[in-house]
Amino acid sequence: MPAVSKGDGMRGLAVFISDIRNCKSKEAEVKRINKELANIRSKFKGDKALDGYSKKKYVCKLLFIFLLGHDIDFGHMEAVNLLSSNKYTEKQIGYLFISVLVNSNSDLIRLINNAIKNDLASRNPTFMNLALHCIANVGSREMAEAFASEIPRILVAGDSMDSVKQSAALCLLRLNRTSPDLVPMEEWTARVVHLLNDQHLGVVTAATSLIITLAQKSPDDFKTSVSLAVTRLSRIVTSASIDLQDYTYYFVAAPWLSVKLLRLLQCYPPPEDTALRSRLTECLETILNKAQEPPKSKKVQHSNARNAVLLEAIALIIHHDSEPTLLVRACNQLGQFLQHRETNLRYLALESMCTLASSEFSHEAVKTHIETVISALKTERDVSVRQRAVDLLYAMCDRSNARQIVAEMLGYLETADYSIREEIVLKVAILAEKYAVDYTWYVDTILNLIRIAGDHVSEEVWYRVIQIVINRDDVQGYAAKTVFEALQAPACHENLVKVGGYILGEFGNLIAGDPRSSPLVQFNLLHSKFHLCSVPTRALLLSAYIKFINLFPEVKATIQDVLRSDSQLRNADVELQQRAVEYLRLSCIASADILATVLEEMPPFPERESSILAKLKKKKGSGKLPENVNGNAELHAEEPAAANKASPPPPTEVLALNPTPPAAAHSLLVDVFSDLSAPTAVAEDHLSRFVCKNNGVLYESQLLQVGLKSEYRQNLGRIYVFYGNKTSSSFLSFSSWVSSSDVLKTQLNVHAKAVEPVIEGGAQVQQVLNIECVTDFSDVPVLNVQFRYAGTLQNIEVKLPVMLNKFFQPTEMTSQDFFQRWKQLGAPQQEVQKIFKAQHPMETDAAKAKLLGFGVALLEGVDPNPANFVGAGIIHSKSAQVGCLLRLEPNTHAQMYRLTLRTSRDSVSQRLCQLLSEQF
Amino acid sequence: MIKAILIFNNHGKPRLSKFYEHYNEDTEQQIIRETFHLVSKRDENVCNFLEGGMLIGGSDYKLIYRHYATLYFVFCVDSSESELGILDLIQVFVETLDKCFENVCELDLIFHVDKVHNILAEMVMGGMVLETNMNEIITQVDAQNKMEKAEAGIAGAPARAVSAVKNMNLPEMPRNINIGDISIKVPNLPSFK
Repeated sequence: MPAVSKGDGMRGLAVFISDIRNCKSKEAEVKRINKELANIRSKFKGDKALDGYSKKKYVCKLLFIFLLGHDIDFGHMEAVNLLSSNKYTEKQIGYLFISVLVNSNSDLIRLINNAIKNDLASRNPTFMNLALHCIANVGSREMAEAFASEIPRILVAGDSMDSVKQSAALCLLRLNRTSPDLVPMEEWTARVVHLLNDQHLGVVTAATSLIITLAQKSPDDFKTSVSLAVTRLSRIVTSASIDLQDYTYYFVAAPWLSVKLLRLLQCYPPPEDTALRSRLTECLETILNKAQEPPKSKKVQHSNARNAVLLEAIALIIHHDSEPTLLVRACNQLGQFLQHRETNLRYLALESMCTLASSEFSHEAVKTHIETVISALKTERDVSVRQRAVDLLYAMCDRSNARQIVAEMLGYLETADYSIREEIVLKVAILAEKYAVDYTWYVDTILNLIRIAGDHVSEEVWYRVIQIVINRDDVQGYAAKTVFEALQAPACHENLVKVGGYILGEFGNLIAGDPRSSPLVQFNLLHSKFHLCSVPTRALLLSAYIKFINLFPEVKATIQDVLRSDSQLRNADVELQQRAVEYLRLSCIASADILATVLEEMPPFPERESSILAKLKKKKGSGKLPENVNGNAELHAEEPAAANKASPPPPTEVLALNPTPPAAAHSLLVDVFSDLSAPTAVAEDHLSRFVCKNNGVLYESQLLQVGLKSEYRQNLGRIYVFYGNKTSSSFLSFSSWVSSSDVLKTQLNVHAKAVEPVIEGGAQVQQVLNIECVTDFSDVPVLNVQFRYAGTLQNIEVKLPVMLNKFFQPTEMTSQDFFQRWKQLGAPQQEVQKIFKAQHPMETDAAKAKLLGFGVALLEGVDPNPANFVGAGIIHSKSAQVGCLLRLEPNTHAQMYRLTLRTSRDSVSQRLCQLLSEQF
Repeated sequence: MIKAILIFNNHGKPRLSKFYEHYNEDTEQQIIRETFHLVSKRDENVCNFLEGGMLIGGSDYKLIYRHYATLYFVFCVDSSESELGILDLIQVFVETLDKCFENVCELDLIFHVDKVHNILAEMVMGGMVLETNMNEIITQVDAQNKMEKAEAGIAGAPARAVSAVKNMNLPEMPRNINIGDISIKVPNLPSFK
């Protein structure tokens, strides 16, 4: 008899499903679904109470609709109601709906929690299991808060059924993952570990999963699990399979549990206790031996299960990395798998070998399989497997086989799947650089890369080749010659033009002696590619041309003609036009000496982490790759700490060539073109920019940038001041403080927290200023900054934008209230009026934004003339609160404004009027 | 950890989706489509593992799948799971379905989504493998069915009577559902003996 009888389902549901399946078109399906949704909605809303069966049926329909990809936005409440039914089937459907459809931040969680609480307390194992499943599937923080203390109790209780214990263990694991802080494990540790001895293998499996996660977080607390796990494993491995009845799967004893136990052991180093250690070694040997026995069944399931255990055992051997004999056996075993007829095994063997390659004991053994791996790369039909082969070649590469591996990878690149080309390009570039003894080989390899897969060569790769060529003068001549030759190909990739332009611009002189590559030939060759290139490349080529003018005075006239042509001087692209104009002027005005200084050869780049390596890491996700890259000791020596360096600088910084002219030339250009604006002086009017806004850049020079973020509440304020060091060296003895005039000191309290005396190059520090308004004020405090840069003391004084209007609280009021108060403030000194000319375009929205930024509430419909603005607010100070009403009347014809302010204090009216009138 | 379990047919129609991490509905549907796209273009007898699609987390996750007749069973897992272990788990799942539905076919999954979910819940919980022993799983499912029968016997009678009356007007009984362009006789899954 089938366990699920087919006939007695819910008839309405079956009819609905067949209807959907009969729909001929997507539209018909949507229509049918909408009809059903409307029907269910009306049923749920109807007055008649639905019985459990109908609720169950409708909830089931909703589930089906959801599976088809339609949004379900109701029915949650009915599902929650089903939870409290005492019928199993209804409860079950309720829980199913919730675990599929309710997300962790639903507002129904409280109701659900209540139902769960009842079921957990019911002592009915079926209900308890449903509840535990629900907690594990939703796993929200509220649930963790409600049940984190209850579940460990269920887990270790003597009278819990095995199936409940299993569920409780996994439930606890889930909560520990989602909200670890809420699941205190200390008092349960010993008893949870003890579950490894449980009679029921299902409980042991679940408990092992739990312990693996806990042991990863706090290894010391769960150390005792190691010996229990070894004991358990050895009992499974050595037992005759009949001992484990049901947990034997296709003649393999408890494969899942074995895998879990081996995983758990990978959380720890090899056991120190020698007896335990030899017992574990014995287990691992037995597992390796079993792999050589003839299979007990021809079924693929048998070999799958056996190999799952075997591969996990190998993973443990690699993790321990301490028993050379085991490591070599593991390597041989994987070597067998490399040629196995099962694709899955070949895939997994390649993957495991990647980690094995980083062990010093087995690196050599792995290398013996190089031919097999290369042939896998060439013959495997499955791209997943080929990708693993590439990974393994990358991992097993060292100085002895680098040339072979790089050549094979380059060869493979020509036919490789598009999805993995970029990764292969990065890998080839890294290997070529790392193992280059002879840099001509490196240059050849990279140019080949560009030739074969130019589209997949990212900026990092060609930046890097230029960095290396510039830093190594032994390869510069060769590089110039090679790119010159490569550029002669009728069609070459744009990346090659970039590399060629840069290198010839710097080192074209090294090959200019040969009449076949005379300056003019070089220039014509480059310029023949110019028109086919994108704007950034053209910009780079223009820079190369001006460098040519410096290197080869004989082509100066030719290049000037090119620069002078309309297609350059009047180019639609601003960057290209500017370069053409500036370079042309530069070449006309500057003397040979100045040219030579401005266009000097690029200085060597500082050694830094290869930007390519960083890119590859980013592509592969952190954690996985560095192991492979810096796997063996040899690599460590070559790239000291490179992998640990902070994040690499953005690529544009790596090579200062895009889109600004070469960095060395920059400061001198300023002198040649004297009409370029001088560094901006500290402008006085910056203060008025901050009247209506709280955040922004307060001050900026070539060294320092000061930014502000401020917030105000009633009579208190807080300003975060950010000091950014724009240079690459540190500011020393840095200090900053706020000074106020004597009068202001009594009106406004400013307290500045101390800052660090050193700001590293490129770093930013933050200072907090606390401000209290004692009474109304009109002066402005001053921010003083002092530091030592390059030996000289720098002093900066900036007015700090703390104005009276910052302490405004907006006030909404009706038209009637407004006019009543307006009249009350009728005394002549309380009103201040100013008529002034508009400084900015008179736009309504801009004016509104300014008034709101000023701090008042805008009152609509108060003024009979809709063009006028009316506002109200209260200034808060420690001593008093001052109400304030204002009216702003624009006159667009005359381009004038009339501003009227009425407050109960004349000094406040004066100051506010002054501040606000400057804004329009 | 298992991040998602998806079952869809050769045309990409989802037959079961279970996510153990929260995504919104749109993303879930996109993940199903993306996964189908990745899996369906692979030949038979290539390996059963591939890197996950971008939506599900890219190369940190693996898709482990099996293809039975008209259905794909796909598990999306992170690196903490054994690939072959999961592959066997899929096998246990399918064998269990086969026992519970007696020669399971695609239609069983369509008309009994709730049952399939319940069977799956006995095997995987919150993304973790709960039980791998088929006998144990079937015992649990049997126990549930008994309870269901018992409840249907006492309380379900009136409801069933009502629904029987309602169905009298239906032009055809669902036994002979016209499935339209899809043939009703879906080939049975390979036998597992």
